[in-house]
Amino acid sequence: MAALGELERSVMDLLWDHSEALTANAVRDFLADDDSKELAVTTVLTVLARLEKKGLVDRERHTRPHLYRPTATRAEHTASLMEDALGTAADREAVLVRFAGAISAGDADALRRVLAARATDEDASGFTARA
Amino acid sequence: MLLASYLLAALAVLLAWPVPVMLARAAWPARSPAAAMVLWQGIALAGGLSMIGAFLCWGLAPLESGLLPAIVTLAHAIINGQDLPHVDLIHVFALSLAAMLFGHLTLTLIRSAWRLGRMRQRHREMLRFLSTSGTPKPGAATPGTVVIEHATPLAYCLPGAGSLTVLSSGLLESLTERELRAVLAHESAHLDQRHDLLLLAFTSWHDALPWLPTTRMALQAVGELIEELADDAALRTAERSDLLGALAVVATAGQAASLTGEPGRGAGGSNAAAASGPTPASPRGHGSPSESLTSGRLHRLLNPPAPLSTGAARLTMSVGALLVVIPTVCLVATSWGI
Repeated sequence: MAALGELERSVMDLLWDHSEALTANAVRDFLADDDSKELAVTTVLTVLARLEKKGLVDRERHTRPHLYRPTATRAEHTASLMEDALGTAADREAVLVRFAGAISAGDADALRRVLAARATDEDASGFTARA
Repeated sequence: MLLASYLLAALAVLLAWPVPVMLARAAWPARSPAAAMVLWQGIALAGGLSMIGAFLCWGLAPLESGLLPAIVTLAHAIINGQDLPHVDLIHVFALSLAAMLFGHLTLTLIRSAWRLGRMRQRHREMLRFLSTSGTPKPGAATPGTVVIEHATPLAYCLPGAGSLTVLSSGLLESLTERELRAVLAHESAHLDQRHDLLLLAFTSWHDALPWLPTTRMALQAVGELIEELADDAALRTAERSDLLGALAVVATAGQAASLTGEPGRGAGGSNAAAASGPTPASPRGHGSPSESLTSGRLHRLLNPPAPLSTGAARLTMSVGALLVVIPTVCLVATSWGI
């Protein structure tokens, strides 16, 4: 299962790094080039089917053999993860707890000012102590 | 049983309004977030119990027996389609309310847990595809920590089975190693102390009874308290100045990012409104340079209050536990005809 998971990731990385859609055979060949490990096309097809089910990959069925392409770019997926994380998604429930998540803009400013003031205080006292 | 129902109703009313309002306004929770947390749990649990128990006892009072025998008699009557003497429409109404309230609270909790679990599962799955392998800084090389490629300095934890702490590459770039360690200690305290379960309980408590303003107060207070607890845990291994420095960087960046991400919300308007609500997050400073802070968490980090004495903290926790014991004893005592 873990091995299959790793394979899924390698296939996604491959599809994300290619601008054009790939066939299962092409995916297998690229993977073989990268890791010099031989994979059966059926394994690659299984992985692609799983990725399609997860909504990460689109299959173009009007060509033979079928072509596979990512449903969204890596950057788009990262952006939607960040949306979850920053709580800008429609569902603002506590999916996760973010560091400094509940601190308002005004508080962030005030905190920076206080820290800056403390830093100058320390510099000044350090200076007098040395002098 | 009639007496028990009146006692429970009185307790339910106290726990639904004056008690949580007083706790939300109190200043001492900043001195002992753990004790305040136990108290909030006691209030919510005892509040729910006494609300349901009051309707149940009142509805079953005409049967003139203990709670359990009365429920058995009622069940028999329902199954066999018999009429019960002295049980009028109003009693049936009270019993239905008790059943509906119990079902509503339980179902809301189950539904929230299920939905959150599914959303976290999806998030975790996507992290598997998007996290970068290899950790650029030794501080981030902790097991259960992943890094995603994003310029905004950001850290969060994903609770549940296979919990993770997620850091953005922007965070690794903008924090010193010591600040990073403080962030990691804070996040792992959230995970170790299972703060997600507390948030789940109080989120569904609010979802179930959104018309009761104290459920929102409780949720806000609990949200603040878990941050304070995680801060305290982080300060056991990290320097206060490092934690504050990290907070300043992440809070500033997070604000900028969520504003560009959601232009319709205006200049932090809703955030500011939420933070300055009737919660413990009211300014408590007098003449300090951090007077303008609305966040109680930042305020106590900058001006650490003296912690409550061990005795006072223990007493508060006992009161929290006692709150749950009272309705339970009331319900049990009905068997002796109270």
